[in-house]
Amino acid sequence: MAGSGKAHLRDTDVLLRVEDLVMEFPVGRTGLKVNAVSGISFDIKRGETLGMVGESGCGKSTTGRSIMQLPRPTSGSVVFEGNDLTKLDDSAMRAARTRMQMIFQDPISSLNPRRKVRDIVMEPLTIWKRGDSASRGQLVDSVLEDVGIDPQRAAESQPHQFSGGQCQRISIARSLVLDPSLIICDEPVSALDVSVQAQVLNLLEDLKERYELTLLFIAHDLAVVKNISDRIAVMYLGKLCEISPAEDLYQRPAHPYTRVLLDSIPIPDPTVKVEYAPVEGEPPSPVLPPPGCRFHTRCQYADDQCRTQEPQLRDIGGGHFVACHHPLETPVTLTARS
Amino acid sequence: MSGLQTEGRGISGTLLEVTDLRTHFPTERGVVRAVDGVSFTLERGKTLGVVGESGSGKTVLSRSIMGLLSPRTTILTGSVKFAGEELLGRSAKQMRNVWGSEMAMIFQDPMTSLNPLMKIGKQITEPLKIHLDMPADEAKATAVRLMRDVRIPEPEKRLEQYPYELSGGMRQRVMIAIALACGPTMLFADEPTTALDVTVQAQILELIGEQQRDRNMSVILVTHDLGVVAGHTDEIAVMYGGRLVEKAPTTELFANMKMPYTEALLQSIPRLDQASHTRLTTIPGRPPDLVNPPKGCRFAPRCAYARDRCLEEEPTLTPAEGPGHVFACFYPVGSDEYHERKAELAQRSQTSGVAAGTGSEGGL
Repeated sequence: MAGSGKAHLRDTDVLLRVEDLVMEFPVGRTGLKVNAVSGISFDIKRGETLGMVGESGCGKSTTGRSIMQLPRPTSGSVVFEGNDLTKLDDSAMRAARTRMQMIFQDPISSLNPRRKVRDIVMEPLTIWKRGDSASRGQLVDSVLEDVGIDPQRAAESQPHQFSGGQCQRISIARSLVLDPSLIICDEPVSALDVSVQAQVLNLLEDLKERYELTLLFIAHDLAVVKNISDRIAVMYLGKLCEISPAEDLYQRPAHPYTRVLLDSIPIPDPTVKVEYAPVEGEPPSPVLPPPGCRFHTRCQYADDQCRTQEPQLRDIGGGHFVACHHPLETPVTLTARS
Repeated sequence: MSGLQTEGRGISGTLLEVTDLRTHFPTERGVVRAVDGVSFTLERGKTLGVVGESGSGKTVLSRSIMGLLSPRTTILTGSVKFAGEELLGRSAKQMRNVWGSEMAMIFQDPMTSLNPLMKIGKQITEPLKIHLDMPADEAKATAVRLMRDVRIPEPEKRLEQYPYELSGGMRQRVMIAIALACGPTMLFADEPTTALDVTVQAQILELIGEQQRDRNMSVILVTHDLGVVAGHTDEIAVMYGGRLVEKAPTTELFANMKMPYTEALLQSIPRLDQASHTRLTTIPGRPPDLVNPPKGCRFAPRCAYARDRCLEEEPTLTPAEGPGHVFACFYPVGSDEYHERKAELAQRSQTSGVAAGTGSEGGL
C-alpha cells in the first residue's frame, strides 16, 4: 500500500480535494511518531459518496478528522469549496466548518446526556445566530421530522430516552441544520443492529438527495460501504491501496489486500463456500511502518521490489486505480458469492 | 471457510437440555421478562448459533444457562440439565466445579473482560491452579501450550505482558486460551468477534471451529450477524422478545426459513452481490418492551405479514416439514396468506412509487 501518487485526481466539479495529506502524532518523549496517515490524495465530486474502508488503525478516521482540521494535519492540503483549509486562520476555519459536518460511531456518547434533544439539534443555529428564535425552531422541527424523530418528544426528552438508532438520527439532524455540503460519516452504523443499520443507511440516501449532500463514508464493513458508495477507497497503514467505482472494486479487486478484505466477509448463506486464504497476522505498527509497500509483510505475492520500492497509484481502466507492483488480474466471479 | 460442523465425531448424545427457561428481572418499572419460556437441546460436539437483535434475550439466555446471574436480582425458573444434572438452583459455590472445567465463556469485549492489572500469564494459569490443582511450573508450561494452540506468537514473552500491550485480536485469543484452559465440554461465545476487524474476525471464527473439532466441544455462538452463523454452526436458534421463534439445522434454515422475522433479519443485511444504492429492506419499529410484551405474537406489531389473529393469539413452536425445524408463526413464509400479502405489498409500493419495506420507524 501502499502507495502514493495522484494519477486518480480529477478536475471538474470537485467539492473536496485532499493532496499529500500527512498526519503524525508524537509518541511521548521518545522522539518516535505514529504515522497515522502518510501522504494520501483523493477527491470527492459534488453529490458523490466516497466510501473509505480499512482495518482498525489504518488511518481512515484520522483522515476524516484531519479534513475537518481536528487537529490540523502535519502537512498536505485540503481544498474544500475552493479554499485550502490548512491555510485558514482559526476564525475562518470555524466558519468553514459550518459547511462540513461529522457524524460519529457511538450515537449515544456523541450527544450531551444532560440536555433536551431538541436543544442539542438547535445549538449550531444558536451559536451562528441564524434567523430568529421562531424560524430556528421551525427549521429544527422540520429537520427532526425528516430524520424520523417526533419534534414534540425531542423537546421533552434527553438522549438516554431514545434507542441507539434514534440517537444516530438525532446526530444526523444536528449535522444537517447548518445546511452543510459535506458530511463525514465515521462508522455511523457499526454500533447498530442490522435491522436498524438498514434504516439509517436508507435514511442517509434519502437525505443526501433532499439536502444535496456529498458524503465521505468511513467504515470497516465492505458490504455496508458498497451499498452506499459511488466510489470506494481502500486504506492500509496510512496509505491508499486502491480507489475505484464501487461496483468495479467488487468485481475486479486489483490489490491483494482488497481481495483479503472481500474474502473475509462472512456470507449469510451456508451453501456458499468461499475460497478463503486467510491473511496471516495483524497490521504492523504505524510507529515503524515497513519500507516499500506497507502491505508486503502480509502479502502472499510480495517480492524484493515490494520490500524496497513504494508502488504508486496507477490507472487500470474505468476510473479504477491501484497502488501495487503485482495487481491481481483474475476478476472475482460474484456468482460464487451470491 | 470450513465451519464448526462436526458430523458424528467422538462421543455423541445430548449434552445440554434447557426446558421452559425463564429469566425475569424485577425492576422499578415492573418485571423484565428477558428470557420467557425457552426450550432446546444441544448435542455433544455440535455448534448452535443463537441469533437476534439487541434486547432479544440471547445474551441473558447464555448467562442464565451458565449460572452467571446474581440470584439477588434474578428470578430463574425452568430447568437446565447439563450432562444429565440439573444446574438451576445451584449456588455459585456449587457452580465453581462446573465453571472452567465443564463450561466456559468468551465475551464480546476482550479489553474489559481481562484484568488490566494482571499479567496475561497469571490470567491463564489461574484457572489451572484453582480448578486442576496444577503446580506452578506445570501450569506455566500448559499456558504456553494453550497460547500456541490459539496461535499467539512468542507465547513465553506474552506471558509477561499486560492486556494493554496486546491488540484486540490477540486479547480475544488470550480469552479463548483462558476459556479452553481446563478443557470444558461446553463453550459459550457471546459475540466473540463483534469488536474485531473483519480479517481478524475470520481468523478467530476459524480458531474457535478448529478447537471445537479437536476437543469435541459443544459451542453456543451468540451473535446478531446471520453471516457469522451461516458458515460456522450446525443449528441456528432465532430469538425475539425473550422467546425462541425459529430453530433449524443451518442449511435447512437458510433454505426454508419460516418466520417472517428471520427473513426480515436476513434481508436487512447489505450484500456484496447487490448493486450499490440498492434500497435495503428494514424492519420498522423497535424490539418489544419486555416489561409489557405485546399480546399475541411478539413480532406482530413490526411484521408486514401480520393479521388480526397474530395480534390476539400467540403462536407456539410447531414443526416444519424439514427435520429438526420448528417455528412459531401462523402465516409463515411460503404460506398462501404470506404470498397474498406479499402481492398486496408489491402492488401498493408500485402505485405509491415507494420502495417496498422502507417502513416508518419514526416516533416509535
